[in-house]
Amino acid sequence: MSTIELSNVTKYFGSLAAVRDVDLSVGAGETVCLLGPSGCGKTTTLRIVAGLEAASDGDVLIAGRRMNDLSPSERDIAMVFQFYALYPSLTVAENIAFPLYYERTSSADRERRVKQAAETLDLSAVLNRLPGEISEGEKQRVAVARAIVRDPNCFLFDEPLSRLDVELRQTMRGQIKEVLTSLSKATVIVTHDQLEALTMADRIAIMRDGLIEQVASPHAIFANPCNVFVAGFIGTPQMNLIEASYAEVAEGEAELAFGDQRFRLAVNGASRALAKGKTMTFGVRPRAFTLAGAATAHTISGTVELIEPMGAETLFHVRAGEIDIRVVVPREIRISPGHVVHLACDPGQVHFFDAEGKAVQ
Amino acid sequence: MTDAALPRLAMRRKSRVSRGVGHAGWGRTIGAGVVSLIYFFPVLWIVLTAFKSHSDALAVPPKWLFTPTLENFVQVFNRAYSADGVAVDTKFDLFFFNSIFIAGTSVALALIIGTLAAFGFSRYPLKGNQTYLFIILTTRMLPAIVVIIPILIMFRVTGLAGTYVGIIMLYTAFNLPFTIWMMKSFFDELSPDVEDAARLDGSSDTKVFFKICMPQVYAGIAATAVFGLILTWNEYLFALLLTGVQTRTVPVAMAQTIGGDIGVRWGLLAAIETLFLIPVILVTFFLQNHLLRGVTFGTVKR
Repeated sequence: MSTIELSNVTKYFGSLAAVRDVDLSVGAGETVCLLGPSGCGKTTTLRIVAGLEAASDGDVLIAGRRMNDLSPSERDIAMVFQFYALYPSLTVAENIAFPLYYERTSSADRERRVKQAAETLDLSAVLNRLPGEISEGEKQRVAVARAIVRDPNCFLFDEPLSRLDVELRQTMRGQIKEVLTSLSKATVIVTHDQLEALTMADRIAIMRDGLIEQVASPHAIFANPCNVFVAGFIGTPQMNLIEASYAEVAEGEAELAFGDQRFRLAVNGASRALAKGKTMTFGVRPRAFTLAGAATAHTISGTVELIEPMGAETLFHVRAGEIDIRVVVPREIRISPGHVVHLACDPGQVHFFDAEGKAVQ
Repeated sequence: MTDAALPRLAMRRKSRVSRGVGHAGWGRTIGAGVVSLIYFFPVLWIVLTAFKSHSDALAVPPKWLFTPTLENFVQVFNRAYSADGVAVDTKFDLFFFNSIFIAGTSVALALIIGTLAAFGFSRYPLKGNQTYLFIILTTRMLPAIVVIIPILIMFRVTGLAGTYVGIIMLYTAFNLPFTIWMMKSFFDELSPDVEDAARLDGSSDTKVFFKICMPQVYAGIAATAVFGLILTWNEYLFALLLTGVQTRTVPVAMAQTIGGDIGVRWGLLAAIETLFLIPVILVTFFLQNHLLRGVTFGTVKR
């Protein structure tokens, strides 16, 4: 069974804890994305799985076996590196065949598998070239081909698409996902690109400062972020996170106060548990706002300051007192800067976080 | 700058770009030719003298037109004669063999030891790495003349003086510091990811070194080898004091043909020197592509 299991994995560089108490399990055929800002420990975590870094504490289990003390070559892992790490002095075919030399396969079998991998990734035409003579996209595909040519315990990808241009990235995303689906291995992908994570992963693990903040499916992580950090990290444009206080709670409705604004909102039982006068943060995604005709108790009023057309939609930056609110509206709606708008939103799409930043369900 | 000057400047820049290589114009080509000739003149003069007879070589003013002769080259490997007929065995076949053997072996040894050491310094840094590297370099900081007496005594006591082993060991030790420093800089340039990938693909550390790292630094090895060869090939002081009659190298032997029984034979000296240049020129010529890549290694960040 191809699985990866991390329990309490911790890594210190000197006195700095790069990875703290990470627990993560990846099932067979499952793809988990480690997502987080630069320096959050996601690549270190991946390198610990690969055996390129030793964990200071905790266990790494691959296919049910404890791997802590095994060297990378004994772990039977295929990894795709950020900068592809192709062997510069070997041709594309030799690069792809390289891992097979250590499996002691017959040369006929080796050739067949190289050919098959090359066909899968559309590399047949460049098999005899050196890595220096092929394009960036082809290099990336060679790196993937080298990983899938053998039958490893699991796959690791370190920022696999970060060096490609936008168009190529889209194509490769689909291609890698297709290849991975057909292989049914445990796969870990490290990325800082949330779109990559959302599209490729079965589950996403969000990391910050060496800690895993939340592990959930792309849909769940988008719909129910567990804290302010995750809420702000996932989704573009970023979720509006507004610090406010409960001014009044009554009749299934709460009045939120921030700056000089008051904003009434239907709330559920759990959020009503927050005491009156307590500070909290509420989050609304830019697309959850609608424009209301007139100011009511259920709207936030502000002045349009900046307009960013995004093609199908338009992003408004609305100034409401001290706070800048991002609002995405269909492109048909045309408003010029300086206008006052009234923003209403569906209460079901408002996220509540307590004073510590944890989500209130 | 005035606005009117701008278009003219732009035009000039454009024309310079379009000229490209081989279109420098006659003025520049001749200028470059003259400068090269000035630098190349001593070599040219030596090669010409090598083909002159003894009287032509001594002629004042110098003769530009003369009947070329191979007499000097024949004498290099047989016997040389002075003006009044005194004959001396030149034995330069032995000395050329010595030079090639000693330089080749010591450079090869320095490369083998130095490359391994450099890889160690680059990949498995010890505590106080910088200090060790510095200490290695200090051996090259003293002028040779300062260390010659202790080395001479050591060689006498151990019986290494006058032997191949002795001089090869010494030259290897001489070449090691810069071999280590140069090779370390080449290894430092390599992407560690590639080695990690090889490890994940099942390679042992030895395989990583030989199969992955070595092929990437061939250019560096070539460049280091050329520098080492030139240094060793031309070395005079230690060869003078530490080689014996049978292990003498060309620079020492050449100097010893001056004076003595046959007087100063310029033609003979020029012929030896011409032959002495050939191996270095050949090696540099065959390695020149690597050499250029080697010395520019890492100057452009990928």
